[in-house]
Amino acid sequence: MSETLISVQNLSLNFPNHQVLSNLSFDIKRGEFLGVIGENGVGKTTLVRVILDQLKPSAGKIKIKSGLKIGYVPQFRNVDVEYPLSIKDFISLNFTGIKLPWLSRKEKQKVQTVIKQVNLEHISKRPLGLASGGEKQKAYLAQALINDPDLLILDESTASLDPNTKRELLDVVLKLNKQLGLTIIFVSHDMQVIHEYPDHFLWLTKNGYTTGPISELHNDSKEGEYV
Amino acid sequence: MFSFEFMRNAYLAGTLIAIVSGIMGVFVVARNMPFMTHTLSEIGFAGAAFGIFIGWTPLNGMLAFTTVSSILVGELSGAVQSRRESVISAISGLFIGLGILFLSLSNKNSSYATNILFGSVIGISHQEVIQMATLSVLVLVVLFFIFRNLKDDSFDSVGAKTNHIHAALISIVFLVLLAFSVSVAAQIVGSLLIFVLLTLPAASSKYFAHSVISMMMLAIGFAIFGVWFGLYLGYITNWPVTFFIASIEAVIYGSALLYNAIANKSK
Ligand SMILES: Nc1ncnc2c1ncn2[C@@H]1O[C@H](COP(=O)(O)OP(=O)(O)O)[C@@H](O)[C@H]1O
Ligand SMILES: [Mg+2]
Repeated sequence: MSETLISVQNLSLNFPNHQVLSNLSFDIKRGEFLGVIGENGVGKTTLVRVILDQLKPSAGKIKIKSGLKIGYVPQFRNVDVEYPLSIKDFISLNFTGIKLPWLSRKEKQKVQTVIKQVNLEHISKRPLGLASGGEKQKAYLAQALINDPDLLILDESTASLDPNTKRELLDVVLKLNKQLGLTIIFVSHDMQVIHEYPDHFLWLTKNGYTTGPISELHNDSKEGEYV
Repeated sequence: MFSFEFMRNAYLAGTLIAIVSGIMGVFVVARNMPFMTHTLSEIGFAGAAFGIFIGWTPLNGMLAFTTVSSILVGELSGAVQSRRESVISAISGLFIGLGILFLSLSNKNSSYATNILFGSVIGISHQEVIQMATLSVLVLVVLFFIFRNLKDDSFDSVGAKTNHIHAALISIVFLVLLAFSVSVAAQIVGSLLIFVLLTLPAASSKYFAHSVISMMMLAIGFAIFGVWFGLYLGYITNWPVTFFIASIEAVIYGSALLYNAIANKSK
């Protein structure tokens, strides 16, 4: 039995005008690749924000293993074509704290390691603003890896990508999951890739939720995509 | 030209201003704050007028006004980006009005106002250079300590939310540093044209350099070139130094945009 990293019990969350999550219970174990699915507006990002401790549940509990390090790739980013930093420098932004302005040798090595892990060696010096959608997502992923997280949360990272680029990114995530044992929460409304990559699912709907191993995920819209 | 003390002081002060502006400017541009910078310089004008009115130096008056108002803006606008612009407009209008009032109350001739607004090379004493140097060093030391967190918040504010960098505190500290920088820079280029040094060199640098440190180096280079060359041209022509500095920086920025357009086309 692998250890439980996050345990959610009867969790509900209300915004002033409506309830978003209601009576949700599930566990996330170390090494798991959890796909969180559901239509837009159903509360996926809200759930992520509860896990990140940015929102407090209205009822119920969430227990997070103490000292758990979380790497997070947010759904939206403010990076336009004139964004000046190179991919490498963008990735190293996550080395924060009151330290010398320049990176230590160890930190530089870590940057090289994560750049290799996401296959961006060939363009690591290119400005992020000029990178393609898939390359940007890989750079965001690499930035989230820089502080050696136990858990990686990806919020709609594949939403704007074409099918090949989508797989390229998810292949990288799967490799991190299988080879390094990194626990993954992958949020998406894309049924196709949810069937292919995660080993567990959490399906949020307007009226409730279902969860379990991916083999138990049955639905009519296997080919389709929620909009 | 260096046989004149006022020219030596002007070069010394100008170099300090260029260094501080180049470094701060990279953050000003990344945080999208040129408008705030411009407003702080107008507030600086009011502060200088107030200083003259109550018998302080213009620099001390500027420091007092810009520091207080930068904290006010930070507290009033909070996290709501869209509100910030309106809050800035309100505060800016109020302070320009106050500046005009203090100037007229203090019964000084209008050349005083011109000096504050457009800058003056001749006015800088050795003592003021020392005060400017102290302020510049203070700004640089604080920047040194908050560098990584400020960098993260400025270049990736969305990602920084999960990094526990104390973004609210960082923003206020940055505004106070900006207030100091504006007050120092105003001594040479005048409060109307501070944004020339605090935004244009940094805005130009991002088309050539792609790391924070290299952008800073380049921005300092652009700023120093403008200040040195501007002071020299002002000295030999007797035209306002500010005019030359503003023109040089504008030409550099225009060239950077042109370079970027050509570089993108050939890709
Ligand atoms: N801070 C908030 N205040 C009020 N309502 C919110 C807030 N954040 C999200 N919502 C609402 O909660 C619902 C779920 O949002 P979200 O979790 O972003 O959905 P998803 O990520 O599944 O698309 C939406 O209807 C959204 O408008
Ligand atoms: Mg969402």
